[in-house]
Amino acid sequence: MSGLPPRLRELRERAAARYGANPLQLLALIACFALAGYAAGRVFAAGIWIGFLIWFVGAAIFHDFVLFPLYALADVAIRSSSRHRRIPVAGRWPPWINYLRVPAGLSALLLLVWFPLILHGSQHEYRKAVGLDTTPYLGHWLLVTAVLFAGSAVTYALSVRAGAGRPPTPPRHLPKA
Amino acid sequence: MSESRESTHDDGEPRQPSKARRRRVPAIRIPDNPPPGPFRPEFWRSPLRGPWLTSVLGLVLLGGITVVAITGLLSYAAYNPWLPLNDLTPGKGLLGFYLFDWPTSPSWLYRLTQGTHVILGLTLLPVLLAKLWSVIPKLFTWPPARSLAHALERASLLLLVGGAIFEFVTGILNIQLFYVFPFSFYSAHLYGAWIFIAAFVVHAAIKLPRVVGTLRARGVRHDLGASLAETRPEPPDDTGLVSPDPATPTMSRRGLLAFVGGGSLALFGLSVGQSIDGPLRRTALLAPHGRIYGPGPNDFQVNKTAAAMGIAPAETGDGWRLEVQGPRPVRLSRAGLLAMPLHTYALPIACVEGWSTQQEWTGVRLTDLARLAGAAGAVEVVVRSLQKGGVFSRVSLSAQQVADPRSMLALRVNGADLSLDHGYPARIIVPNAPGVHCTKWVRRLEFLRESA
Repeated sequence: MSGLPPRLRELRERAAARYGANPLQLLALIACFALAGYAAGRVFAAGIWIGFLIWFVGAAIFHDFVLFPLYALADVAIRSSSRHRRIPVAGRWPPWINYLRVPAGLSALLLLVWFPLILHGSQHEYRKAVGLDTTPYLGHWLLVTAVLFAGSAVTYALSVRAGAGRPPTPPRHLPKA
Repeated sequence: MSESRESTHDDGEPRQPSKARRRRVPAIRIPDNPPPGPFRPEFWRSPLRGPWLTSVLGLVLLGGITVVAITGLLSYAAYNPWLPLNDLTPGKGLLGFYLFDWPTSPSWLYRLTQGTHVILGLTLLPVLLAKLWSVIPKLFTWPPARSLAHALERASLLLLVGGAIFEFVTGILNIQLFYVFPFSFYSAHLYGAWIFIAAFVVHAAIKLPRVVGTLRARGVRHDLGASLAETRPEPPDDTGLVSPDPATPTMSRRGLLAFVGGGSLALFGLSVGQSIDGPLRRTALLAPHGRIYGPGPNDFQVNKTAAAMGIAPAETGDGWRLEVQGPRPVRLSRAGLLAMPLHTYALPIACVEGWSTQQEWTGVRLTDLARLAGAAGAVEVVVRSLQKGGVFSRVSLSAQQVADPRSMLALRVNGADLSLDHGYPARIIVPNAPGVHCTKWVRRLEFLRESA
């Protein structure tokens, strides 16, 4: 084996240029679609393909066009309010945006995952299986949320105190030109 | 502008159109300029997005999801679906190629693998969300497909993203008993996993060289050491991840990673307790099976109450008899069973939903019952419950499971009679078997010669 003959190599390069990537990538993708197609065939054979397809595509659409815009907009709202409420005189007030963002984000994450328990959505099946009520979960989530915000507030207060002794720092912006 | 390019695109020679079919279908023309909004790169302004951040998150997912996928496939094997009655996805075809006789030792193996599957899955959710956030500009890349290669790769990404979210969503809803999906969880979660795995492996293979290259070139220490004031956008490149018009950072890159890690820690810390016994169980404030029932011997996790499974008090009273079928069928009362040699073992109940608990069970060995019914040598058993309906009212246990001296028909737990919700008058307990195979309210044991 002394490498590919020049004509074959040329053919491969032309094929790659036409395809747009290394032909190995095409092989890998064909393998991917073959396996995924086989599994999709099993879904079809199980007689659940309509619901499956709706949930599968719906999952991607829900994330990209509902969940992502929602939290991106929430973040824009937090950022703009943080910009408006900045206290310019003192200069020693550190930016508080992340002290709001982090507890709010973590609390929202916990709600996103556990909403069937927190909002009693699975109450009926839960009671049948576990023999108990889902009532305490709302309290648990509120408790965790309160602890997160309280912890954040305390951390912020400490950073304000630590900054009080220092000379005011200039407002932080990326240098413009 | 592009009009003229289009018209001179043919090979120049005025060729006689032998057949008009070439031009009959108007080609769908994609404008060169992206439409306004998210299709324009300058729409995306986060100064933190870039190949470094995406590589770090991708690497965490590569390791984590690999473990979740393997433990998930093991969970299917743990059901011993090759035995009659046990396969909840009988149409699996070649996807069951790896199944094997699930062992009974170590007794805590399924507790560990399935606890890991569920808790690690929950822990990885914030990383998955952050990873999707980091690459979201690519969803709106323009033109939608640059080449055949690009089009095919994007099609595989639909399988990747759709599959990832589908698997996380169905899993997370199922462990909360929130059965809102219009399909059997077992089929959908298993076949969905294979679609996802196909796309995941290829995605990792295509992207790994770039991830390694990026982390080699930029290192990890630089960004982990940079405070907010020192945080700069990553240098412009061809990945389409770095914003051409970055906003002023409001969070450092390490701050973002800590935020994501904090989310993982919160989900982990508030749910891992449901897989641990003792006082730590109380820490599972947000997990379906972290509840405390009380201090009594029967006060541990219940899954499927007697009332929900239609167990009438009369069926479990003094009139209850265990039918043991084999070459010499026998019928035994509870007193008769208690008169047989009793053994006590501490064994876990480990559920497919991820929670588990170890208790001390006392009962009669399955091998003793088999011998009583005249079944000698390697025998399997079909266990039948009093419960009305439900996929697990009948299950098969393998010859290996029957033969383990710790496999019992349990009558007592922690020194007390079983409670009705824990399977009174008698339940199966098999080391390392999924909880649903530890059948409660047993009515009949049918010993059969090993089939395979």
